[in-house]
Amino acid sequence: MNIIDRRPNPKGKSLANRQRFIERAKHEVKDAIADALKRRKLGEGEGGEKVSIPTRGISEPVIHSASRGGKREYVVPGNKKFVAGDRIDRPQSGGGGGGRGQASPEDNGEQDAFEFMLSKEEFLDLLFEDLELPNLVKTRLKNSEATQLTRAGYSIDGTPANFNIRRTMRNSLARRISLNRPSPVDLEALEQLLKTAEEADDAEGAAQARLDLEAARQRARRFAYIDPVDVRYNRFDRVPKPNTQAVMFCLMDVSGSMTEAMKDLAKRFFLLLHVFLTRRYKTVDLVFIRHTSNAQEVDEDTFFHSRETGGTIVSTALEEMLRVVRARYNPDNWNIYAAQASDGDNYSEDSDRCSQLLGGEILPLSQYFAYIEVGAEATLRHGFPSPPTDLWRTYAAIAPQHANFAMRKVADPSQIYPVFHDLFAKDREHA
Amino acid sequence: MPEAMRRNSLVGDDKLLFEGPEWDFDKLRRVYDAIEEIATKELGLEVYPNQIEVITSEQMLDAYASVGLPLMYRHWSFGKHFAREETLYRRGYQGLAYEIVINSSPCISYIMEENSMAMQTLVVAHAAFGHNHFFKNNFLFRQWTDATGILDYLTFARDYVAHAEEHYGTEDVERTLDAAHALMSHGVHRYARRPKLNLEEEKKREEDRRRFAEETYDDIWRTAQLARESASTDKQALEKELAAIRQRLGLPEENLLYFLEKRAPRLKPWQRELVRIVRHVSQYFYPQKQTKMMNEGCATFCHYEIVNRLHEKGLISDGALLEIMHSHTSVVTQPDYDDQRYSGINPYALGFAMMRDIKRICVDPSEEDREWFPDIAGNGDPYGTLRHAWANYRDESFILQYLSPRIMRDFRLFKITDDAEVDAMVVDAIHEERGYREIRRALARQYDLARHEPDIQIRDVDLEGDRCLVLSHAVHDGVLLDEASTHSVLEQLSTLWHYGIRLEEVDAATERVLKTHEVPARH
Repeated sequence: MNIIDRRPNPKGKSLANRQRFIERAKHEVKDAIADALKRRKLGEGEGGEKVSIPTRGISEPVIHSASRGGKREYVVPGNKKFVAGDRIDRPQSGGGGGGRGQASPEDNGEQDAFEFMLSKEEFLDLLFEDLELPNLVKTRLKNSEATQLTRAGYSIDGTPANFNIRRTMRNSLARRISLNRPSPVDLEALEQLLKTAEEADDAEGAAQARLDLEAARQRARRFAYIDPVDVRYNRFDRVPKPNTQAVMFCLMDVSGSMTEAMKDLAKRFFLLLHVFLTRRYKTVDLVFIRHTSNAQEVDEDTFFHSRETGGTIVSTALEEMLRVVRARYNPDNWNIYAAQASDGDNYSEDSDRCSQLLGGEILPLSQYFAYIEVGAEATLRHGFPSPPTDLWRTYAAIAPQHANFAMRKVADPSQIYPVFHDLFAKDREHA
Repeated sequence: MPEAMRRNSLVGDDKLLFEGPEWDFDKLRRVYDAIEEIATKELGLEVYPNQIEVITSEQMLDAYASVGLPLMYRHWSFGKHFAREETLYRRGYQGLAYEIVINSSPCISYIMEENSMAMQTLVVAHAAFGHNHFFKNNFLFRQWTDATGILDYLTFARDYVAHAEEHYGTEDVERTLDAAHALMSHGVHRYARRPKLNLEEEKKREEDRRRFAEETYDDIWRTAQLARESASTDKQALEKELAAIRQRLGLPEENLLYFLEKRAPRLKPWQRELVRIVRHVSQYFYPQKQTKMMNEGCATFCHYEIVNRLHEKGLISDGALLEIMHSHTSVVTQPDYDDQRYSGINPYALGFAMMRDIKRICVDPSEEDREWFPDIAGNGDPYGTLRHAWANYRDESFILQYLSPRIMRDFRLFKITDDAEVDAMVVDAIHEERGYREIRRALARQYDLARHEPDIQIRDVDLEGDRCLVLSHAVHDGVLLDEASTHSVLEQLSTLWHYGIRLEEVDAATERVLKTHEVPARH
C-alpha cells in the first residue's frame, strides 16, 4: 500500500478547461456581464461576479426519451396509503412526486440558465477586453526616460553597501581549500604535536614539529583569509522603464440641479473608469474635483458620497483642474486624462469662460477629455429630443476642432457601459 | 481503587489506533493495516494493490471536473462542469465527496485532507477495500475494463488530443470531440469482448492508420460506381451485392462511434482517432453505469462491517464510531416519494439494505426467506454468498435474483403505471403477497441500461443513392425520443458523417415506423 501526499501538486488542473469553456461561451458571458453591471452596486468594487448564461451554445445534447407519451412504469418507495388498483392524478407540470426525478430536468422551460462564478480577473478581462486608454502609446514613447535599478549578477568592485558576503566567503573558502591554507585546527594540531614532542623530550621530533609549525604559520600568513580577489559586490543595472504614469481627473457637478439618479449615473461612469484605470495601469493618479458654484479637490470617498447644494459654475472646476495640473502634474511627465460628468446646467454667463478654458488651455495639455451628460430620463426619452443644454452647446462648439475631446449623453444605467465602451474602444476612429 | 480504574482505562486506550479528529500519515497507515486484516481475513475481500492519495478540496474539484479520472484530455465541457461544481460548492449548496476511487491497478483512492481521522477510516474501508474488491471481481469490470492499462491509455489520449490541437487547430478538434461526446452513450460495445488496451500498440496502430489512410478503399465510396454499372443489369444481383456489402460494413451496428470510426467516409485519420478515444472512455465507464447500485451497496456494506469490527476489537473509540455512523446514516437515507428531498431510489440505500438482507438471510432466515431463497437461506456463509453475488451480477440481474419481500416492505415499494392513453396513473402493485414479483420485475427493468438508454442502431447506409445514414430506434411501450435533443445530437452526428441522416423510430412490437427525424447532408 502506498500513501501519497498530493497536496503540494499544483491545483487548478482544470484551469485550461475552464478557459476553453469561457472562450466558447464568450458571447453569452459578455452579455451577462453587461447585464450584471447594471445591477452592480458601487460598494462592490471590483470583485468577482456571478453570471448566468443561457444554455444554448454550451449544451451537451444526448439522445433521451421524451418526458411524456407512451406507457411507463415506475417503482417508488414510501407507500403510505395506496393499494393495488388505485388511480392517481398526474402531477401537473411534469416531474413532480410520481415520476422518477431523472426524466424532467430538461423540460423546465426552454431557457434553462447555467450559473457560475467568474473570478475577478476573468470578469475584468472580459469587461475591458477591447478597451484601451486613448493615445497612451504616443506619450509613452515620448517620455520613456525613467530608469529602474535591476539586479544583474555580481561584480568585482562596488560600494560597501552592495558587498555580498555569501559570494565573497564562498570564493574565499574555495581559494583557501585549493591553496591548501592551513586552518586554525591544523595549526592547533601541529602545536599539540610540538608540545607532546617537547614533553617526551624527543629533541629531533620537536625540531621537526617546530619546523612544520613554522612552515604552516608562514603559509597561513602568505595566503590571506580573505583576498581582494574573493570580494564580490551585487551588481545593479539601470533599465529604462516605460513611463506610463497617468493622471485621471474626475470632474463632477454636485449642485442641487443634479438629482440622485443623475449622480448615480455619473458615479457608475466614474466607477467603471476607476476600475478600468486601476487595473490597466500601475501608476495612475486619480484626482477628484467636485463643483457647485465653486470647486474643490476632494478625496474619493467625499467625491462619491457627500452632498452639496448651490448653483453651478462649471468653469470653477476647470480652473481647479488647471491649478492642480500646474501644481502637481507637469504635462511633460504625465499623461493627463479627464472625465467630466454634469447634467448640462451652467450659469449662462459662464459659457464663454468654459470654452476658453477647455479649448484654449485644458485640451492642449490633455491626452483625452470625455464629457458625459447625464440627463433625466423624461427629457431624453420623449419623442422629441429636448433642446441641448447650455454646457452641451458650449462644448459642441469646441468639439470639432479637438480630436481628443468626446462628449456623450447618458440617460439610463444600461447605457453607461455601451457609452464607456464607445469612448474607449480600441478601434475608435480618430478624427 | 481509582488507581486500578485508571490503569484499566489506560489499557483500553492503548489499543486505540487513533484519538481525536486530527489525522496524520502514521495513523493512516496503522488504520489501513487494521482494516486490511479484517477485510482480507474476515470478509475475504480480494483487492488490487492500494494507492491512497491525499488531496485538497481544490484538487477534489479538479478531479470532479475530469469525470473523476486523474488525467484527461482537454475539453470545454469539463470546464463547464468545473464551473458548475465550484459554484455549488462555494455557495454551500453541495458538499464535496469524501473520496473518489479509480478503477485501476494499483487502485487509486483520493481522500481529502479536510476529513477527520474517523472519516478517513470510513473512506479507506469504503473505497480502498469495498470499491476496490468490486472492481477487481465483478464480471463486467473483468470483462470490459483493463485496470492496468487505463492510466497509460489516458496519458496517450491526453497527449494525442493536445497534439491534434496543435496540428489541426483547437476549434476543429473541439468540434469533433463535441460530436463524439454527444454520441458517447451510444459508443459502447454491449456484447463482444474488447481486446486489451496497450499503450505501445495504440501508438503503432495510430501510425499505421495514418500511413495507409490513402490506400484503404472504402465500400461506401465504391458503391455509387457499382450502382451505375449495374443499373442496366440484373436487379437481383445488385441487391445481393448490396447485402454483401452491408454485411461487410457490419450492419446493423449499435455502437455508433465504432461505426463512424471505422466507416465514416470523410473523416480524417486524426478525427477517427479522437472518436476512438471518446469511445474507449465511454466503454471504460459502461460497467460502472450498470453496477452503480451494487457497487455502492458493496462498498457501503464493507465499510459498515469493517468499522463495526474495528470497534468490537477496541481499535476505535465510541466517539469515532458515532461520527462514522452519522455520515453512514445520512448516506443511506431513502426519502419517500412525496418527500422534498426525493430524487429517485438512492443506490446507497437500496444497495446497502440488500447486502445486509442477504447476510441476514444466510444467517438468520425467516420462513418466507426459505421459500424465496432456498439456495442461500441459512447457509451460514454470508460473506461467501455476497462475494459470489458481487462477482457475478449487475444491478438488473442482482435485483431480479436477490430483492426480498422484506426489503420491499421496508422500503414500502409500490409500482405505478403511467399510460398516456389512460387519464390517470394506476397503482398496479404494492408491497404485498400479490405484488412482490411484479415490483421486483419492474424495479429490475428500471435498472436495465438498455431500457432507459434508448436502443438505437445504425441499420443501413443508402448505398445506391446519397449515402444517407439510416438509424433506427426500437420503441418500447410507445415511448418516443425527445425531439429537440435528438435533433441536436443528429446534427452533431452529421458533422462526423457529412451526409444526410435519418432516424426512424420503429415500434419494437409491430415494426411500424412511428416517427422520423432527419438531418440533411452537409455541403
